[in-house]
Amino acid sequence: MSARGRGSDALGTLVVLAALLVAWEIAVALFAPPPILLPAPSAILAELAAEPSYFGRHALFTLGTTLAGFALSVVLGVALAVATVASRLADRLVTTLLVVTNSLPKVALAPLFVIWLGTGAAPKIAIAVMLAIVSIVVDVAHGLRSVDPDALALARVHRASPWAVLWKVRFPNALPALFVGMKVAVSFALVGAIVGEFVAGSMGLGHVILVAQGQFDTVRVFAGLVVLGVLGTVLFGLLELAERLVLPWHVSRRSERKA
Amino acid sequence: MTDLAVTPCITIEGASKIYGSAGGPIRALDSVDLVVADGEFVALLGPSGCGKSTLLRLIAGLEPPSGGAVFVRGAPVCEPPAGIGMVFQRDVLLDWRTILDNVLLAAEFEGRSRRELADRARALLDRFGLGRFVDRHPWELSGGMRQRAAICRALLCEPSILLMDEPFGALDALTRDDLNLELARIHQEGRRTIVFVTHSIGEAVHLADRVAVMSPSPGRVVEEIVVDLPRPRPLAVRETPAFAAYVAHIRELFTRLGIVRGQV
Repeated sequence: MSARGRGSDALGTLVVLAALLVAWEIAVALFAPPPILLPAPSAILAELAAEPSYFGRHALFTLGTTLAGFALSVVLGVALAVATVASRLADRLVTTLLVVTNSLPKVALAPLFVIWLGTGAAPKIAIAVMLAIVSIVVDVAHGLRSVDPDALALARVHRASPWAVLWKVRFPNALPALFVGMKVAVSFALVGAIVGEFVAGSMGLGHVILVAQGQFDTVRVFAGLVVLGVLGTVLFGLLELAERLVLPWHVSRRSERKA
Repeated sequence: MTDLAVTPCITIEGASKIYGSAGGPIRALDSVDLVVADGEFVALLGPSGCGKSTLLRLIAGLEPPSGGAVFVRGAPVCEPPAGIGMVFQRDVLLDWRTILDNVLLAAEFEGRSRRELADRARALLDRFGLGRFVDRHPWELSGGMRQRAAICRALLCEPSILLMDEPFGALDALTRDDLNLELARIHQEGRRTIVFVTHSIGEAVHLADRVAVMSPSPGRVVEEIVVDLPRPRPLAVRETPAFAAYVAHIRELFTRLGIVRGQV
């Protein structure tokens, strides 16, 4: 896909979004549902514009815990993935642990984390990590393993150290998989942060939505959701951008370079 | 060229290789004896699946023999010996590295400094006609250029032994001829020991001092043919009667072994 193709793609997305918003606005004006059920987009925008610092403050908190959880997932996830490739025992242990934790609904675990870690940022980060780390470990381990056997033979002929093989062959080979994992993980980290905020605490977009719902303030619920949606989209977009910068050599990017 | 046989560089004594498989053990090699002298160019010639690649992997120390022994410079091979360069059928260039960095990978693997060998890497690439492509990535190059880069990588650390596993098997005929001449030149200049796996009779006779003909599985060396053609050997050597005689002899041998079904 060329740069121009990407630009027109983004434009197309915006047009579709704008059209949906206009349709929504017209529908609300025509059928006039009670605002408690469905407020108009203009009302939601007005709500956001009325208290930007309120939404900004809570969004920043959610962003902080999401990023902290995401960063921890990447660091821990890559380390665990390396361990699973290096040792069979570690592979068994990590896989079992991941399967067990992944099969538990995180919402059900959230109260436990509040008991252990309190009502601050820590339990939110912990839940974000629990949700996000699985895709990192699975994808990176796969990337580390699927190395051309001839490349490993070449390394052996030149008597390379295991460290050199990991660093110069396996790890770069796993980078595309790492990005796939990270794009999934960042959304999961955001979900984890919100789940944590739903359960306890007085900060974050999850808290904003929960409180507004308690007051039947549907406009504010929607405003919180809009900020959340923008946050998730921007984080995903930033990762796409990073991927494009870091992996210009990858098969999926080559046509861009050649064109 | 009898003086070549004085110092053995590679000695293979009764080497066999048996692979376990679901359908029972497979004998890939059956008591192979072969001596390669210092500076000699030996071609391992045989049909697909005759174990010639396996034999090369035994010399490289990538696999242990199931029986017998392999010696490189007098020492038994248990793991890859020092001073070996290897070229595979596929170029095995890493997509994320430029051509120059791919060549320097050999130095990095061996724990030598890139700076020390960067000039040599550039010079090698230059010699192989890749001087303008040092900063390109592998996928931007043709198959022949990629395999040239792979040969540069194998030569970077000045190996005394070059092991080549059907290096030109995936290339078109013209590129193949070109690289054959280039390889002959490398051998001529450096007097490196080269063991070259191929299933092309013409290629083997053109390049090698000695052709070891292998039988189909289990692989054995059935005959060693000393190719006494003067060097350098231009492409035109392939039109000479002497060359044709060698080719005819080997083809006849293959027919006898049942590899080529004679329908002349």
